Amino acid sequence: MPEEILATFQIKRLSVLNENGSADLSLMPELSADEIWRMYQLMVLARCFDERAVSLQREGRLGTYPPIRGQEAAQVGSAFALKASDWVFPSFREMGAHLTLGYPIPQLLQYWGGDERAQKTPPDLNIFPFCVAVGSQIPHAVGAALAIRYRRDPAAVVVYFGDGATSKGDFHEAMNMAGVYQLPVVFICQNNQWAISVPLKGQTASASLAQKALGYGFEGVQVDGNDILAVYRATLNALEKARSGAGPTFLECLTYRMADHTTADDAGRYRSDEEVALWSGRDPILRLERFLAASGAWTPEQGRVVKDEAIALIDRAVGEMEAAPHPSPAELFDGVLATLTQRQAEQRKGR
Amino acid sequence: MAQLNMVQAINQALADEMARDDRVVLLGEDLGRDGGVFRVTEGLQERFGPERVLDTPLCESAIMGAAVGMAAYGLRPVPEIQFMGFTYSAFEQLFAHAARLRSRSRGRFSCPLVVRTPYGGGIKAPELHEESTEAIFCHIPGLKVVVPSGPYSAKGLLLAALRDPDPVLFLEPTRLYRMIKEEVPEGDYQLELGKARLARKGSAVTVVAWGSMLERVLKSVDGYDAEVIDLLTLNPLDLETLLASVQKTGRAVIVHEAIKTCGLGAEIAATLAEEAMLHLRAPILRVTAPDVPVPLAKLIDQYLPGPDRIRAALDEVLKY
Ligand SMILES: Cc1ncc(C[n+]2csc(CCOP(=O)(O)OP(=O)(O)O)c2C)c(N)n1
Repeated sequence: MPEEILATFQIKRLSVLNENGSADLSLMPELSADEIWRMYQLMVLARCFDERAVSLQREGRLGTYPPIRGQEAAQVGSAFALKASDWVFPSFREMGAHLTLGYPIPQLLQYWGGDERAQKTPPDLNIFPFCVAVGSQIPHAVGAALAIRYRRDPAAVVVYFGDGATSKGDFHEAMNMAGVYQLPVVFICQNNQWAISVPLKGQTASASLAQKALGYGFEGVQVDGNDILAVYRATLNALEKARSGAGPTFLECLTYRMADHTTADDAGRYRSDEEVALWSGRDPILRLERFLAASGAWTPEQGRVVKDEAIALIDRAVGEMEAAPHPSPAELFDGVLATLTQRQAEQRKGR
Repeated sequence: MAQLNMVQAINQALADEMARDDRVVLLGEDLGRDGGVFRVTEGLQERFGPERVLDTPLCESAIMGAAVGMAAYGLRPVPEIQFMGFTYSAFEQLFAHAARLRSRSRGRFSCPLVVRTPYGGGIKAPELHEESTEAIFCHIPGLKVVVPSGPYSAKGLLLAALRDPDPVLFLEPTRLYRMIKEEVPEGDYQLELGKARLARKGSAVTVVAWGSMLERVLKSVDGYDAEVIDLLTLNPLDLETLLASVQKTGRAVIVHEAIKTCGLGAEIAATLAEEAMLHLRAPILRVTAPDVPVPLAKLIDQYLPGPDRIRAALDEVLKY
């Protein structure tokens, strides 16, 4: 035989809620009504946080900020599946995951306000600092997964990144290593379709991002990233698989960045209003509201209460953030080294 | 002559050279359709097409490595790295390949490319967006490092860099992009690489600066008999201009926004000590950032050398 078929493959896309909010019951994850309500509250909190952060930036009270509008289900749904012992390696656009894991809201605001001190994650959260260099956190996640395996801990690692990051060497090197060692890591790509002005087809010629995992020897799944139940289900499965020693998973959450790339960007230069309108109809929060409303669990009135509560929480956080004293120049030196060099010590004293 | 800011001057240099020489090809993230995040390449893709102004995937190492291959093949690639902090993931291609292709191939291949990247602090941007690590690049033989200080020098130096037979790193001081307007000649003119500029004449002290620090220095020297040298090319250094000035003034202050340890100031000070020891009347002082990573917005003003620190150094050397 001159030619043999060595491999054929299939890539699955998982969705639980359709656009009208009706669920495929055979795929429903196990979640109590209270838990689903909590997810809803967190998505609204994330949306309100985002809206406030953008307006604070416009008022000059925050620096450049990368909005998450539209990505709430991908972030809240995945973070909701994590256990406190798991480790999280975010990019710079996972404020929804941070809020879900209980990251202090004033501290999130303080970071985008340009305050160094906010980079210190609270000791009870295993979250790495925001990673601004695209994709460079992915190898760190693989390293933590190696350490988990070495110590035989019952934990897993989640690493978040965007579609643009899948073009970086760091992504490929880390995916390859995770596959070779079959590590307990879940790669979560929020494919929001754009890396600043470059659309997905400018990043890759492959039909999905999920299929890239197959080249590295493990499973890749595409998930409807605007469907919080699907994201939750896929992440939970991947985490359980990781903790049980069955290796890595790559999840491509198909979603959309409804806002500009950052507050310094103007998305009107490169994408159409029709595209944005199309995706606004697929708003992840609307979708869960429709699902909840169908069983009488959501009314516009209750929706307003949830939103008001979220806004009150954020108001308080803004107040706290702005009450924090300005850092002193000496704080430039905090944490540069465990022990400052002689020159740094002198510079710290102003010499 | 038109009054242009630095963004417009660089855009004009690129457009003119692309029109003159069809080997010039731009590649990088967001520089085509979007015109670059600072709009430096605005309109160039419309004018020259997507084959000459390539929006690449997000992959600095491949951008740099591909530029090496394009240059060796006979094109004149101009890779753009969106911010200096993201050149780090392209180090291998820049250091191990672009800078040494000529020597590795004993002259069979050369690597005439110009890496453009915004650099420097003071724009209140996120982490890694305000780096000033020019000294690392000056440490690499085979790579020229150029830093304009205004629109006029930006255009003249960029045109020279684009015609240079070797790789050039062209650092664009972000803080100055829209700060200064100058008269910029429409046509073709080049400022020779490796030549510094006397930005101000004086006889009591030589102040050496480059990039966005030049503007700060010029604002700080009022009332001093200071000669100010705008370095323009950081590697190779214009020793002739530096030495002539210091031999006259007998004093030198070097101002840079990079940290002190192993900054370019150390190289300049050591060279002056080697070559002009007997002319010196005071220790050579450096005014630099402290030895810490570039901070986020809240402390950036404390980090960058300001007029107070520049004047304190001048007062100090003038005591001798
Ligand atoms: C290594 C690197 N190159 C360039 C940038 C500038 N930059 C910031 S975000 C971004 C696009 C990222 O796209 P993607 O990975 O899809 O994530 P998204 O921003 O869409 O969440 C770019 C080019 C960067 N931060 N890091």
